[in-house]
Amino acid sequence: MVTTTSIRPAKTGRARNGPRDDTRLALLFILPALVGFAVFLVWPTLRGIYLSFTKFNLLTPPEFNGLDNYVRMVQDPVFWNALKVTLYYVILNIGFQTVLALVIAVMMQRLTQRTWLRGIVLTPFLVSNVVAAMVFLWILDYQLGIGNTIIAAIGLDRIPFLSDSAWAIPTIAFINVWRHVGYTALLIFAGLQTIPETVYEAGRIDGAGEVRMFRSITVPLLRPILSLVLIITVVGSFQVFDTVAIATRGGPVDSSRVLQYYIYDVAFGRFQFGYASAMSVALLAVLVIVTFLQYRLTRAESSDLA
Amino acid sequence: MTTDTTPKIGAAPPVVVTEPSATPSEPHRFSAGRALAWTFMILVILVSLFPFYWMLRTALSSNNALYAGSDNLLPVQTSAGGFERVFGLQTGQEAIDAGGAGQAINFWRYLFNSVVVATLITVGQVFFSAMAAYAFARLQWKHREKVFAFFLAGLMIPAIFTLLPNFVLIKQLGLVDTLLGISLPTMFMTPFAVFFLRQFFLGISREVEEAALMDGASKVRVFFRLIIPMSMAPITTLAILTYIAAWNEYFWALMVSYTDKSRVLTVALGVFKSQTPQTGPDWSGLMAATLVAALPMLLLFMLFAKRIVNSIGFSGIK
Repeated sequence: MVTTTSIRPAKTGRARNGPRDDTRLALLFILPALVGFAVFLVWPTLRGIYLSFTKFNLLTPPEFNGLDNYVRMVQDPVFWNALKVTLYYVILNIGFQTVLALVIAVMMQRLTQRTWLRGIVLTPFLVSNVVAAMVFLWILDYQLGIGNTIIAAIGLDRIPFLSDSAWAIPTIAFINVWRHVGYTALLIFAGLQTIPETVYEAGRIDGAGEVRMFRSITVPLLRPILSLVLIITVVGSFQVFDTVAIATRGGPVDSSRVLQYYIYDVAFGRFQFGYASAMSVALLAVLVIVTFLQYRLTRAESSDLA
Repeated sequence: MTTDTTPKIGAAPPVVVTEPSATPSEPHRFSAGRALAWTFMILVILVSLFPFYWMLRTALSSNNALYAGSDNLLPVQTSAGGFERVFGLQTGQEAIDAGGAGQAINFWRYLFNSVVVATLITVGQVFFSAMAAYAFARLQWKHREKVFAFFLAGLMIPAIFTLLPNFVLIKQLGLVDTLLGISLPTMFMTPFAVFFLRQFFLGISREVEEAALMDGASKVRVFFRLIIPMSMAPITTLAILTYIAAWNEYFWALMVSYTDKSRVLTVALGVFKSQTPQTGPDWSGLMAATLVAALPMLLLFMLFAKRIVNSIGFSGIK
């Protein structure tokens, strides 16, 4: 990894003759970050993998138990359900959010590029997931929420947004879209700025309308950025926890028990850290595979702009 | 993202700002398409902002009146009771009569905890990351590129994966239920912060630096007196974004804090919610608490809106 020389404050700042070597000073400069990196990122990653092969209840030292946790995982219907629920959530969340963010970003670019508009769109991102969940818990309350009051007022049936198995995940997906769509739109907006205006001018001279230009110019030229946005948002989406913990606690009957919430429950509710770690490794594997597939499928590395 | 390097801080309220020269000179002719597009944008603005108004409206209503006035767009029976319960200004009996939980809640304490945690994380992370970024951008040493590549690989590990093992570590260190325990894992660096600042340091002209070194300044001095002041804009941006993220963190804080001693606002909000009577929750109290928890970041945003909005892009990632 890194050469470990004795660390003493280097007092010399010699700059001139000979090939420079700042090794001592550099070590001093990266030391805090390196310690943080090693202790809170590299070590926990290795340890997480190790713990997945153990039986560990936090009170007594971990006992190696081979593949037991993985065998249990494969046979655990709750795990598979959690994985399914998480995937369902990611598809709804990312699908809805990406389309909406793309439309918002294009409109921000074509209508007005004023900063205040981007500021307003970004506002929900400034509050925590907990705050977002609390507000929508209230707005979407079955009896008293303004959302359902409006639905009832226009003559429809009230919707049990967070207390019905079929509605729970779509509702949670919507709450997180509310919080994150502005941020995603701004990322896409930044990507749009990289498309030269001359391309649009040429399109306009050729008589193309807005819709045509969106299809033939914006989308193809935006592809590399869009795929990066997708990779980032999908990885984030898989880690959903906060909203579920506040709004539904996994219910009703496991219908919103996403993987991360199940892992938390197994670790802190039942103190089965070994099994929880094994499921974390599974989630990590899913993320690696999904990212890799996305990268390949969207050809994120190449641009059409060249 | 080397946009806006003017070190003017907080000079821009969100509304008055215009982008110089960024607006293309397109003809603003009226058309059905434009009208439709604006209608859509206005809808987006409404959906973005309405929940904030609704928090305020509910927080200012008296809880018992909410049931009858659920379709009233203004506060029903305006009352500061919700806020009083949040700040513990009502006696237990008063709170129960008003539909609250009756337990004393210690909001100032949580506010204080949140400030301490977010400040520790921000100051530590930004400072240490800047030091490392300088070593990666400007100092000459063996294996520099290899070590940097190793750091970058850290970007690929999703934060969530390190939570459980980090909890085990914090427990072994005896730091469970302390503010330091919550702050520690992100206090030293994140790969992103190092990468972000390194990119910026690389862009600083070498000539200024060489001149200072010629004059006999040490590299340490160059870092503190030259590099840091010249990079105030991106450092501020990074600091604000880090502060917001630290303030809003819930999952990790939930694992580590158990009592009021280390409870931060996000966790306290969850506890407050679980304490409220299950049948007929104290919505005005809950919304008052939610608003109080969200307010500091909204104020920070108002001060730095232009900087935050313009900083979101692919600078760090591409």
